[in-house]
Amino acid sequence: MGNRTKGNSDIENNNFSASEGCHMCLAIPGKIIEISPENPDSALVDVVSVRRRVDLGLLQDDRPRPGDWVLIHVGFAMSKISEQDANDQMETLRALGEAEAAMQEVEGYGLGDAEQLKPN
Amino acid sequence: MTPAAVLRNIAENTAPQVRFREPQIEMAHGAGGKASRRLVEGLFAPLLFGASLEPLADAAHLSINGAKIAITTDSFVVKPLSFPGGSIGELAVNGTVNDLAVSGARAEAMVVTFVLEAGLPTELLEAEVRAMANAARKAGVKITGGDTKVVEHGKADRMYITTTGIGSPLPGVRIDPRSVKRGDKVVLSGPIGDHGITILLARGELDLEADLRSDTRSILPLVEAMVAAAGPAIRWMRDPTRGGAATSLNELARDCGLGIALFEDNVPVRDAVRGACELLGLDPLHIANEGQFLAVVAREFADAAITALHATPGGEQAQIIGEVCDQPAGSVLASTSYGGSRIVDMLVGDPLPRIC
Amino acid sequence: MRFVDEFREPELVTRTADEIRRLADPARHYRFMEVCGGHTHAIYRFGLKDLLPSNIELIHGPGCPVCVLPMGRVDDGLSLAPSNDSQQREVIFAAFGDMMRVPGTTGSPLEHKARGMDVRIVYSPSDALKLAKANPGKHVMFFAIGFETTAPSTALTLMRAKSEGVHNFSVFCNHVTIIPAIRAILDSPDMRLDAFIGPGHVSTVIGCRPYEWIVQNERKPIVISGFEPLDMLQSIVMLLRQLNRGEAKVENQYRRVVPWEGNRAALRAMAEVFQLRPYFEWRGLGFISQSALRIRDAYAEWDTEQRFDVPGVRVTDPKAAQCGEVLKGVLKPHQCKLFGRECTPEHPIGALMVSSEGSCAAYYNYEHRKTAMVNILSRTA
Repeated sequence: MGNRTKGNSDIENNNFSASEGCHMCLAIPGKIIEISPENPDSALVDVVSVRRRVDLGLLQDDRPRPGDWVLIHVGFAMSKISEQDANDQMETLRALGEAEAAMQEVEGYGLGDAEQLKPN
Repeated sequence: MTPAAVLRNIAENTAPQVRFREPQIEMAHGAGGKASRRLVEGLFAPLLFGASLEPLADAAHLSINGAKIAITTDSFVVKPLSFPGGSIGELAVNGTVNDLAVSGARAEAMVVTFVLEAGLPTELLEAEVRAMANAARKAGVKITGGDTKVVEHGKADRMYITTTGIGSPLPGVRIDPRSVKRGDKVVLSGPIGDHGITILLARGELDLEADLRSDTRSILPLVEAMVAAAGPAIRWMRDPTRGGAATSLNELARDCGLGIALFEDNVPVRDAVRGACELLGLDPLHIANEGQFLAVVAREFADAAITALHATPGGEQAQIIGEVCDQPAGSVLASTSYGGSRIVDMLVGDPLPRIC
Repeated sequence: MRFVDEFREPELVTRTADEIRRLADPARHYRFMEVCGGHTHAIYRFGLKDLLPSNIELIHGPGCPVCVLPMGRVDDGLSLAPSNDSQQREVIFAAFGDMMRVPGTTGSPLEHKARGMDVRIVYSPSDALKLAKANPGKHVMFFAIGFETTAPSTALTLMRAKSEGVHNFSVFCNHVTIIPAIRAILDSPDMRLDAFIGPGHVSTVIGCRPYEWIVQNERKPIVISGFEPLDMLQSIVMLLRQLNRGEAKVENQYRRVVPWEGNRAALRAMAEVFQLRPYFEWRGLGFISQSALRIRDAYAEWDTEQRFDVPGVRVTDPKAAQCGEVLKGVLKPHQCKLFGRECTPEHPIGALMVSSEGSCAAYYNYEHRKTAMVNILSRTA
């Protein structure tokens, strides 16, 4: 016998541990594959090639369409994800290092007040 | 008597100390994590294994009248019985072959016990037995006998299978966690998490679908390839079933008293497994696998081991995922690509019951 | 993973961390509170503390809805499961995974399950409703927890239960609201904070306006933050910039997901189903007025508390446990006398050690056994 035992018997089904599952703030981006024709509040969403049914009831004021990305929390879509804002954020972050590099270059030239060039 | 013999004598004459104090058995005790270890080390080991000071392993290597044999036993409790990639019968055969393989032995024969629930359709039983026959043929192991019991409806959840396998030690391999040294590399044979997540999705209780199959297979060919390339340099092997890779590595760290540095980015995980784990808040390192193994190989031979695995069908995704260090002793530390790090613990609780 | 991996890019993480070092005034000691348990978890999971200069201290706030639930409420929920429904039906206790190991006086839900109680894990309130439909002979009681992120989903589920006429279903409502918790922290004399990292997912529902009183009355900046490493680091950059300029504004770093005005449909659903309780007890923070939700009378039939007799016993934490102070951020987890000894993730005394959002669990799992490993890793990686 090794130090792993595999057998256990219980007539109940699931029995999960909380040490892993953190559901309260856990929200995941997913892409809408299709919206159920019988029920506009039910959509099939893809999360890294795992497909699940998600409830769109909280987005009825601004219904997403297939191809849109949404934020999913406890089986409900909470918000649409704006690709534009995501890209803008990446741009800002990339600019951080570049602005700094530019700053150092300018300072190296000894041209005077580099303060004016500091990014906001 | 030599001093060692005196100590052995004293140990043998000492009444075994049961250290397991919990009042009842919980699901967690079967999960393969910390609770399981407490049960085995605290109750079974002192009463059954006596004064043995050997670290517990997947299989026992015995010498009987000069003949060396390896022996292992396993039980299989799976729900559902059948799932993409396999069924309980295949798990039973492959699981036994694999336990022997990671102990450094080739499976030669096994015996099987079935505990069947009254009311089980014969068609289902036949399918499982066929699956076992196929898996045994594929794995090159003979099934030479067994036993059957039937229990009342409601007492066995359809079918439980227990196996005992015997095998012959592979030449030139000696598995012992105590031989692990600082600088040794940790090798993983392929992507983790496939089996556990497949089972979870196959239960149909979650509204999740993915293109995933259990990875159940005999890892013997891969182990043999690695042994051919690096035999004496292999210090330790394990198949990370219940409790996942994290649990196996923590067991190693504990048994060798050193630390394991894991490079999280090097650990192969399929997209669908990652996605499902993200959705459910699970860690792929804690999910059961049925067709993978971990090995610790001396640094100088690690590349040869990987090359041999890559050249063997089924081993194309093998990776070096970590290294043995002095600190933190007895623990596993995972690092991410930007220097952030976290302790990866053994499984606590039971995220996926009835997985294998 | 789209919208996840980009925000973990190592090169950008390094650059942002460098920017933080550049902006942090070495003469100052900054104390930032991250309110939300998900942020606490992210900090530890990604080892973000290792990337910050030593004069930036992250203090964990009470934003873990499992942690702030007093033990008495857990007992109340569990007491209902061996039924006292007038029709003598069996009760199924359904809850999220986070609840399963939270200790009540007579054990956690999981321990009760081992003793025969029908306990099921669900990943969505709608799963609980489905359970009810699938088990017409039983009553399904959903133990609802969570801040405003989760409350709208519970609300919508209750609306569906009503419109679909599912009568063997009720909700034991323990939803709490975030603003009173922040207020309680700021009112606490033990607390000295410079700024807040604001809860990203709660804000998808409530928007950014509700935080304006923090900047107006308390003059402390708050940045609503996402949960990936780049999100949190960028939020710290934004906070440092504000503090360096002597500003105090509400800023939305998590723009790709959080609308400034919040989610109207979600707020409508909450208003339809819930109303504020006059007061509610929070572990560690005591009784806070208008800080929790109860189910309106129009949905009384689906309100566990109106349908069944709930004992309502107040249970104080074990004396030695310092859950309250850790929740408020006054103590760090390892400063609690029970930490790592009597109280571990396997034998939790308080919920902070159980929930992966709890600071004690996070600290235990990720922090307290690390030593000089980081140096070794940067050499070998």
